[in-house]
Amino acid sequence: MSKILFKKQLSKDVFLMRLHAPLIAEERSAGQFIILQVNEDYGERIPLTIADADTKEGSITIIFQVVGKSTTLLSELNEGDDIPTLVGPLGRPTHIENFGTVVCVGGGIGVAPLHPIAQALKNAGNHVITIIGARTKDLIILEEEMKSIADEFILCTDDGSYGRKALVTQPLKEICERNPKPNMVIAIGPPIMMKFCSETTRPYEVFTQVSLNTIMVDGTGMCGGCRVNVGKEIKFVCVDGPEFDGHKVDFDNMMARLNSYKEIERAAHNCYLEAEIKAKEALR
Amino acid sequence: MNFRTLEELSNDAKKLIADYVSRIDDIKAKERTKIPAQEMPAQDPEVRKHNLEEVALGYTMEQARIEAMRCLQCVKKTCIDDCPVKIDIPRFINHIAHEEFQDAADVIKEASLLPAICGRVCPQETQCQSNCAVGKALKDVDKSVAIGRLERFIADWERSTGKIAVPEVKPETGKKVAVVGSGPAGLVVAADCRREGHHVTVFEAFHKLGGVLRYGIPEFRLPNDIIDKEIETLTAMGVEIKTNFVVGRTRKLLDLINKDGYHAVFVGTGAGLPLFMGIEGENLVGVFSANEYLTRANLMRAFEKGKADTPIYPSKNVAVLGGGNVAMDSARMAKRLGAENVYVVYRRTEKEMPARKEEVAHAKEEGIEFYFLQNAKRILGNEQGKVRAMECLRYELGEPDDSGRRRPVVIPNSEFTLDVDTVIVAIGNSSNPLISQTTPEIKVNKWGNILVDETQKTSSERIFAGGDIVLGAATVILAMGEGRRAAAAINKMLAEEIEKEKAGMN
Repeated sequence: MSKILFKKQLSKDVFLMRLHAPLIAEERSAGQFIILQVNEDYGERIPLTIADADTKEGSITIIFQVVGKSTTLLSELNEGDDIPTLVGPLGRPTHIENFGTVVCVGGGIGVAPLHPIAQALKNAGNHVITIIGARTKDLIILEEEMKSIADEFILCTDDGSYGRKALVTQPLKEICERNPKPNMVIAIGPPIMMKFCSETTRPYEVFTQVSLNTIMVDGTGMCGGCRVNVGKEIKFVCVDGPEFDGHKVDFDNMMARLNSYKEIERAAHNCYLEAEIKAKEALR
Repeated sequence: MNFRTLEELSNDAKKLIADYVSRIDDIKAKERTKIPAQEMPAQDPEVRKHNLEEVALGYTMEQARIEAMRCLQCVKKTCIDDCPVKIDIPRFINHIAHEEFQDAADVIKEASLLPAICGRVCPQETQCQSNCAVGKALKDVDKSVAIGRLERFIADWERSTGKIAVPEVKPETGKKVAVVGSGPAGLVVAADCRREGHHVTVFEAFHKLGGVLRYGIPEFRLPNDIIDKEIETLTAMGVEIKTNFVVGRTRKLLDLINKDGYHAVFVGTGAGLPLFMGIEGENLVGVFSANEYLTRANLMRAFEKGKADTPIYPSKNVAVLGGGNVAMDSARMAKRLGAENVYVVYRRTEKEMPARKEEVAHAKEEGIEFYFLQNAKRILGNEQGKVRAMECLRYELGEPDDSGRRRPVVIPNSEFTLDVDTVIVAIGNSSNPLISQTTPEIKVNKWGNILVDETQKTSSERIFAGGDIVLGAATVILAMGEGRRAAAAINKMLAEEIEKEKAGMN
């Protein structure tokens, strides 16, 4: 059980919450995630990256986007409410050292997990170049936070409503063409964005680390639902990851697997929304 | 075999019992072997394949007593030798025959804490019932005294009285024991250590307790109520429970000792990563490990469509790979979730299948089709990356291998295709990597199983381990046996320390 200490809506579908979780706050490192359930008996287990932690307050910060029924339910909880199931920190922490120049690329909600990693890389003495992007201005999150860490900061939107009108891969390509080229790229965002970031850096042979958010049930190495092809091997995101070499990840298979339940989930979400509308009408 | 209802079986037993009871102690051995073996009453297969209620309904009182009278009360008690926890089987069975059910329960409780579970899930035909004199006399191991069903009968009887005795707990010792994982091994350690008066905390990664008993074994074979009852007994004894706690991640294992003051830790984290075949197409959409499929259905309640938020893949034609209990559970669950055709594909013959016989029989009654001497070669997908078929190969039995089983040999050019949309892989697990990843101090073998000595102690001081994390994929009862041995070693270690501390004070 974990109390919601603070809640803030960052954009139309994106929420930030600070949850009381002193043990997780103490143990977590950049790159790790938690799993939570909004309802203990019938709720789904949702993996979410830890965006930040405060050991003094004994809290962790999560940032999530409403995409289906479970995240809708989560977004409807308020400060003071309890989340019945919260477990973590899960996954292997990001390996942090002074690599030299690191490009941190965040797409949409992926900026949330990227933030603590960029912070840790900065603290380790790296020259941090940050690129954050989203479809449109409203979906940009953590701009100030990312800007304050970055040695170089680039913001772009697909529609040009804010910052540079570009996909994140464009500035990424330009940076890879510099001499010297960057030592490493970390890309976190939607699968398709991570795939194309990896394709962008491949010809330049710049090591590119991606953080995968696959389907997961237990998150502790038992169910195997999170498996991905990495090189010639099957890897489990929850215990071998979540971070992998983007040049080796089979993104097409991963994206197909992510959509395994899409039709069922869409139906469940619509069903839930309809029921909610009816309930609201009944109240009137 | 014709399906016989509970009522029919019960009436037969009622007719027979008066005669036997009237001369209960005078029945000669020869006649005892002629007493009809009692069939386990079950839900009608046509009904049960659409529900999650328990399949086996349990003996009636008359059936249990008649079955108990079949026991010859042998001098050489092979059944006890073959029981991993050494229950005094002839003694409890004799009590059942004499309608002394509480006495029977007490006898079982001397050795086993979880009879309602063991009676249901133990592979009795390869353990206590394997060398039963009655089975030998009748030249059929299936005709052995049904020890497991009798154990279950007593456990259920005791539960129905509503007064399961809470085991006595000795005065507090001030020593603390951490139990990591609430599966069968962990539950036994928790009970055994608590009885000695130690403070016990059980840490469970999931939001519900029971480990594989909960997420793996379906309700139609082991109802959740039964697991809940066993855990209630533990909490009544004063065992502390912490769910949603991943030792190794939420807290480092060594921190439990160094910072949190635990004097001993038992690691019972179970089988971990599911094994896959290593064949083409195994990551297609529609291929699941049995672990994932069963966890969604059992723990996450996906069977209750409309109520549960966790989705389960909608399947029409399902292939299950493997021949163990997990394969049977997966196949029967798929049927219950609405699959029209479910095929179990196993590369040996029925004789070599490791599953409990009763489960195989139940699966057949429910319409599961068995494809023996066949195995998957590759899984074929459609343009959306979803399973559309499985290509298989036929096998024949060759020379015996190291395990004594005849090795299946592939028949060249025997490929054929099975139209399926779902493949469930149930060929076993490798060990859970979390503890070894986060606690390098504990030595493991090349498969990641924790190495222990004969007392279940690991290479690290104060840390013990047991169950599947040590054995690889094994059975509930073997895990319980290891838990019992580990608890004895922990209790001995702590008792010696308490002695020393006392001596130091004087």
